Amino acid sequence: MKINDVILRTVVKGVIFIILTLGVYLFFSGHNAPGGGFIGGLVLGSAIVLLYITYDLETVHKKMPFDFKKVAALGVLLATGTAVGSILFDAPFLSQTDGYFNIPILGEKHLTTVTIFEAGVALTVIGTLVTIILSIGEDE
Amino acid sequence: MESLIMILVGILASVGTYLILSRNIIRVILGTAIYSHAVHLLILTMGGLKKGDVPILSQSEGPFTDALPQALILTAIVISFATTALLLVLAYRTYKTNGSDDFHELREMPDE
Amino acid sequence: MNNLIVLPLIIPIITAVVLVFLRDQIVLQRIISFVTMGFVCIVSFILLNIVQTEGIIRLDFSGWMPPFGILFVADSFSLLLVLTSSIVTLICLLYAFSMMGQRYEKMFFYPFVLFLVAGVNGSFLTGDIFNLFVCFEVMLLASYVLVAFGGGKRQLRESLKYVLINVVASWMFLVALAFLYGSVKTLNMAHIAQRVAEVGQDPLITTVAILFLIVFSLKAGLLLFFWLPGSYSVPPTVVQALFAALLTKVGIYALIRTFTLMFPLQQEVTHTIIGIMAGLTIIAGCMGALAGRDVYTIATYNVIIGTGFILIGLAVGTESAMAGAIYYLIHDIVAKALLFLLIGMMIYLTGETVVKKMSGLIQIYPIFGWIYFILMLALAGIPPFSGFIGKVLIGQGAIEAHSYILLALGFASSIIVLYSLLRIFLASFFGETTISPEDKKPIPKGAYTSFILLAISIIYLGIGAESIAVYVKDAAETLMNPSIYIDAILKG
Repeated sequence: MKINDVILRTVVKGVIFIILTLGVYLFFSGHNAPGGGFIGGLVLGSAIVLLYITYDLETVHKKMPFDFKKVAALGVLLATGTAVGSILFDAPFLSQTDGYFNIPILGEKHLTTVTIFEAGVALTVIGTLVTIILSIGEDE
Repeated sequence: MESLIMILVGILASVGTYLILSRNIIRVILGTAIYSHAVHLLILTMGGLKKGDVPILSQSEGPFTDALPQALILTAIVISFATTALLLVLAYRTYKTNGSDDFHELREMPDE
Repeated sequence: MNNLIVLPLIIPIITAVVLVFLRDQIVLQRIISFVTMGFVCIVSFILLNIVQTEGIIRLDFSGWMPPFGILFVADSFSLLLVLTSSIVTLICLLYAFSMMGQRYEKMFFYPFVLFLVAGVNGSFLTGDIFNLFVCFEVMLLASYVLVAFGGGKRQLRESLKYVLINVVASWMFLVALAFLYGSVKTLNMAHIAQRVAEVGQDPLITTVAILFLIVFSLKAGLLLFFWLPGSYSVPPTVVQALFAALLTKVGIYALIRTFTLMFPLQQEVTHTIIGIMAGLTIIAGCMGALAGRDVYTIATYNVIIGTGFILIGLAVGTESAMAGAIYYLIHDIVAKALLFLLIGMMIYLTGETVVKKMSGLIQIYPIFGWIYFILMLALAGIPPFSGFIGKVLIGQGAIEAHSYILLALGFASSIIVLYSLLRIFLASFFGETTISPEDKKPIPKGAYTSFILLAISIIYLGIGAESIAVYVKDAAETLMNPSIYIDAILKG
């Protein structure tokens, strides 16, 4: 049976960009306001899940040929990497560092290694979320 | 305010217990989800509900609200998210292989 | 600050994640996981020796001083357990290499074992009670997946029960944490101990302590063991061995740590309850072991008896009893792993689980049979082997504290353990062989190596007990004098 989902498909085409932008915004605003890797990752992950719901698994998989288990693994690796990195500098495990850098065009910005850690968290969340949904939804 | 929240925690815990004692797997999983909400509220209340300002030095002079319960709850939410997701997948697989989502029927099934 | 302490946690996690990318290269997966566990063993041995010279060491994560940050603490007790469990995992991996089968190995078996080890090591090393919860969950999430490994009908049913019970137990852990935080306003274990000692252990704190007792008893299989026989008999053999060796032991570790460090002041309440629970556990475990017809039931109830016996040491609470409990804990990790590996092998060879249907194994596999015999003597506590010293010391402690009932129960249980295992030995190993020559399967070399290595460890723990006595003595002394632990963390 073919479900008539023209409205869903049309709306999703527009809405998906808004959700993705919100996800990225939440991710970066976690720097010193509510937000961060976990929430940003959840929003980004739910956007991908929305795509999977609207279009079928094969179509989305053709455009996004990632193994989401590996995305999650990469995230964990990134997060633990920053934690372990501090050992190499003889600082206590999990130490983070920050500094002000003058970047062309953007001006002086506050950059920290926490952002890398958070990126790892976000990737892990996206990976796990999509893996769970796919493992339930995959077989008929 | 604290006592009101504690009553709410009690209600949530009893709803969770009721659901966990039922026979259907999905209801049991919903019960564990409600359980986790109850305990998150409990941790929040135990840390003291909002008494002071945001615990960021540049934004206020104090007294500050205790920020630790929030950190604990965030961790607990992530963990319960992972456990619930795993339980759902497990329940789905059990349903697929055993053909039932009822604990009584599952228990009476012969092995293989 | 000593970054070495975190390595037993973080190295398995990183390699586990790397192994996810190497899903199809099974040989590479085996090599990497084996090397990782070997490395963890070496690190924990080095740490154990550092602790002997420098006293308790700690690592404050990202430099937050206690009691404000999360920290890892390494004392002799936790390091002994980290070392033993890493060695046992290493040996179990050898067994897995030859017996697991490619299908399972491709389903991320090694990553999940490494996650399990990371959770176990983290629980042993952490000095923060909320972090203990997190490490417990890491360990449990890995164990949920490992219980359901393979996805047979019965496995899925049992794993669902196992997961639900642990979810509810974790929930109670959080409730206890919330009330503890509400009453002492700290989560650092040393700081909790100090605050409790300052204000005295009032009834509220004792209630919280009993909540913790219930939670950890569920995990350790102390009296609340109803879930254990079912869920320990469904997964593949290696997983069973790892569970029997590690999971219940983490619960026991948490009980010992909680009631010697944080809540030691109301011993007439808490330790009496632990004593009663330990006694009942032994009685129920013995009944189960006697009534069991198949090898799984007998083996799982032996795990329960072991738990009860170790906790007699905690309930009695004298220094020699504590040293005995530590000895016995180490012995139990090794012996229970070997027991489950041997039983898995018996089932693999004969295709039967019921004791009476197997016969004459020792004729075909003599070394296998004699290793089982050594293990049986060790579990019963017969002198040259590993169980003996623990039993004697716990018994000595029980006499010092005049707990004669627990003493009698503990030693009576040894006889039951011997009887239940001897029954398997007589029925399955002696007698006419039922395996026809053409059905005879060889035991793979990897499995034989793991049996022999574990048997050597059992003999070494018995005969060479003198060589680990220094560490055990230091561990027991720290447990008996919580002020050593508290000072190491809060001062300096």
